[in-house]
Amino acid sequence: MSRRRHSDSENEGGQAHKRRRTSEPIEIEDRLESLICRVGEKSTSSLESNLEGLAGVLEADLPNYKNKILRILCAVARLLPEKLTVYTTLVGLLNARNYNFGGEFVEAMIRQLKETLKNNLYNEAVYLVRFLSDLVNCHVIAAPSMVAMFENFVSVTQEEDVPQVRSDWFVYVVLSCLPWVGKELYEKKDVEMDRLLSQIEGYLKGRGKTHVPMLQVWTAEKPHPQEEYLDCLWAQIQKLKKDRWQERHILRPYIAFDSVLCEALQHNLPPFTPPGHMPDAQYPMPRVVFRMFDYTDAPEGPVMPGSHSVERFVIEENLHCIIQTHWRERKTCAAQLLSYPGKNKIPLNYHIVEVIFGELFQLPSPPHIDVMYTTLLIELCKLQPGSLPQLAQATEMLYMRLDTMNTSCVDRLINWFSHHLSNFQFRWSWDDWSDCLTMDLEKPKPKLSYHQRIVDIVPPTFAALIPAEPIFTSLPGYQASVTVGNAIKNRASNEEILNILKEGESFNPLKVDVFLQTLLHLAAKSFSHSFSALGNDEGKLHILKVVYDVWRNHPQMIAVLVDKMIRTQIVDCAAILHSTIRKMDKHVQKIQQELEEAKDKLEKQQHKRQKDSGDDEDMDKNSEDEEGQLEEQIERLQEKRFIMLLTEHLVRCETGSVDITTPWYKNCVERLQQVFLMHHVTIQQYMGTLENLLFTAELDHHILAVYQQFCALQL
Amino acid sequence: MAVVQHYGCKLLVLKRRRSQKEFLKIDRNRKSGTVAKLRTAACVPTICDFFTMSVKLNALISDSYVDISQYRDQHFKGNRYDQEKLLKQSNTLYVGNLSFYTTEDQVHEIFSKSGDVKRIIIGLDKVKKTACGFCFVEYYTRTGAENAMRFINGTRLDDRIIRTDWDAGFKEGRQYGRGKSGGQVRDEYRQDYDPARGGYGKLAMQHRPTEAQNTF
Repeated sequence: MSRRRHSDSENEGGQAHKRRRTSEPIEIEDRLESLICRVGEKSTSSLESNLEGLAGVLEADLPNYKNKILRILCAVARLLPEKLTVYTTLVGLLNARNYNFGGEFVEAMIRQLKETLKNNLYNEAVYLVRFLSDLVNCHVIAAPSMVAMFENFVSVTQEEDVPQVRSDWFVYVVLSCLPWVGKELYEKKDVEMDRLLSQIEGYLKGRGKTHVPMLQVWTAEKPHPQEEYLDCLWAQIQKLKKDRWQERHILRPYIAFDSVLCEALQHNLPPFTPPGHMPDAQYPMPRVVFRMFDYTDAPEGPVMPGSHSVERFVIEENLHCIIQTHWRERKTCAAQLLSYPGKNKIPLNYHIVEVIFGELFQLPSPPHIDVMYTTLLIELCKLQPGSLPQLAQATEMLYMRLDTMNTSCVDRLINWFSHHLSNFQFRWSWDDWSDCLTMDLEKPKPKLSYHQRIVDIVPPTFAALIPAEPIFTSLPGYQASVTVGNAIKNRASNEEILNILKEGESFNPLKVDVFLQTLLHLAAKSFSHSFSALGNDEGKLHILKVVYDVWRNHPQMIAVLVDKMIRTQIVDCAAILHSTIRKMDKHVQKIQQELEEAKDKLEKQQHKRQKDSGDDEDMDKNSEDEEGQLEEQIERLQEKRFIMLLTEHLVRCETGSVDITTPWYKNCVERLQQVFLMHHVTIQQYMGTLENLLFTAELDHHILAVYQQFCALQL
Repeated sequence: MAVVQHYGCKLLVLKRRRSQKEFLKIDRNRKSGTVAKLRTAACVPTICDFFTMSVKLNALISDSYVDISQYRDQHFKGNRYDQEKLLKQSNTLYVGNLSFYTTEDQVHEIFSKSGDVKRIIIGLDKVKKTACGFCFVEYYTRTGAENAMRFINGTRLDDRIIRTDWDAGFKEGRQYGRGKSGGQVRDEYRQDYDPARGGYGKLAMQHRPTEAQNTF
């Protein structure tokens, strides 16, 4: 039986296919959907003739399938933004043949826009508005009514007591449509457009920018400034205006049909009032534009559009949209990226690499799971001759700029690079990297897994960086642990092991030591042993201490083990925090109080769980709830720990007159930022407490700044 | 098969057995043309109070890496329908083409990239009780397993392309190879030399003269 699925029988274009079933009836609606979705893809006929033909087919089917066609067209407007102009042309042709249909389509789009806004689907709403604005170019919508809609959007900037992200979004929508429709609107309504733009300019000047440092991948301004997204877009629109709205990158099939389309009658958009601000609205978070390439990096071939050119904006938008549509299908995604229309006029591979890394390093978190980007890059390497040399170029550039890169991004880079290399047999020009030996050892080291393999592959000069072996033999009780180890390997039951340890009622530190050491040693090779024997042990603190002793040279292992222990409920968060913050004498009492509270809560939960221990499903749900609660408490107390550590460090520096911007400090501050960003939903709930207890004016201003930046993200 | 009317101009239809991207022009003298049969993913109407939001666009929501394969476990206790139902909601993956020397923590590291791994069961030779080149990976959530199918399946682990497939769920006994010699069935019959999987296939080894016979 063949198990091959994505094998060589893949057809061109990388579309996934199932076996054709020749005996089942077709739905006309499926056919319509398929025809509409596939127009614009690679074909033996020209795009224009395909559009012409499809318009004819749809026009004929309108009497019977009008609603279905309306729904499909609305859906492609929302879900296929990278083919925007193909579908606006199609709608234009339909409107020219059937005026009523055009009107109904516009109404349906407005209804859909209202729904998306009501449901917090702001990204899709942008695509819908952009679609409507391009319909002006297709003579479906009258320009003055579009300008009126834009004026209503920009008037949101006059609202008071609304989050900045709300007015930001409405301004962003208007600006992001202008590359498509700016020229047409200016020709018809230049006075109104000028007024609109100056309103926008005034708003942008007065905007708060506290959030920007938290979202920048690099803190350095050179070689490419990391700009706030609205600032960048504004600069791009300014330049477009200076160029008299001449835009040459966007593919515009409707130009070929101009003679047909300008005969069509236009519709007016109904007056559209932006929905008011609701407290539960979730506007998109602000972004910082990721730039790593400019025209000097792509010396051969087509010139790379400048950072403030509108072409750059359009290319990046389209590439982001392609990834958004096809991320689940890595071969299709790679093929679609590489067959971007107009690719001969731009250094496409540079843009693709930049967009992918931009998403991977996006703060607070990438739009898709990290491993997707690794696999996508591998597919791109397979499809490009010479394995995508731009990727190697990019990696070296990223390495050169590690100094000023955000810690969380460095983590992602390291994870990506090690996974990527493991797919290419770890082949790289290692000698070029020899200067990393002189790096400050406090900086995060590249995580090259598989100790043995790496020792073999990496030249001996790199030995200093290889993570150390775990320490076992120097701990007391080693002999006894060997005995226990053998018993466990032979899968002795829990009772037998406990007998070996001769466990009494109270817990015996050395015996727990032995047991734990053994389990941890075995866990060095395997993570899947059951820890159920330790379930009711009171010596949870001791467990943690042993973990730290054994793995003190290998922080990643500690992280994995502690994580595993939390998930299997061996230790609770209170115990972990107790052990890590033991050092801080001054604040122990305060923490103790909170620990008691947390412990009480946990006991209650555990009692509840024991009652429900019948049904597996319930247990999973309960443990998820408990995990959620545990994690909440962990975050709060972890933040406290961070702050205390930071404060301690700052005090040390002040008394010793040492520069606070050491890598350790930078690392710590960025980890605090990371904690905020990753758990921002939970932290929002505790804002009041945090402000009262922790982030008061007495706190060192560097740490307070992190908190203020975080607050600025939502307000 | 639906019949499409003649529209007085060249008719564009889809041609069957091609890649579904090509439009074929039909001679205008034909009065009617037949429309190609397409794959029949039914358009599932979703319950929604607003009609334009209810279209799922099956042509777009392609997620083929997550589909179940043709493989069915012959030892499964239950009928095909039961097995398929379990496969479609499973959190467990079968992983094949591992090296015999790949360790559990290597498996854990790579599969943790797509989600939190609940447990790993290394496949064993039934006789020797040593690793024989496959394992099961169970996630806490279905999403973790799906992302592994999308992004880890077909990539390298220990420099070998590994293959993942849905599994109906681990049961005691399924961790053993089902080949006659104790390992996996595929290692019984393969002809190639694979040092990471014990060298030659078992059948091929029987036909090869041994080293001892060739030396004096």
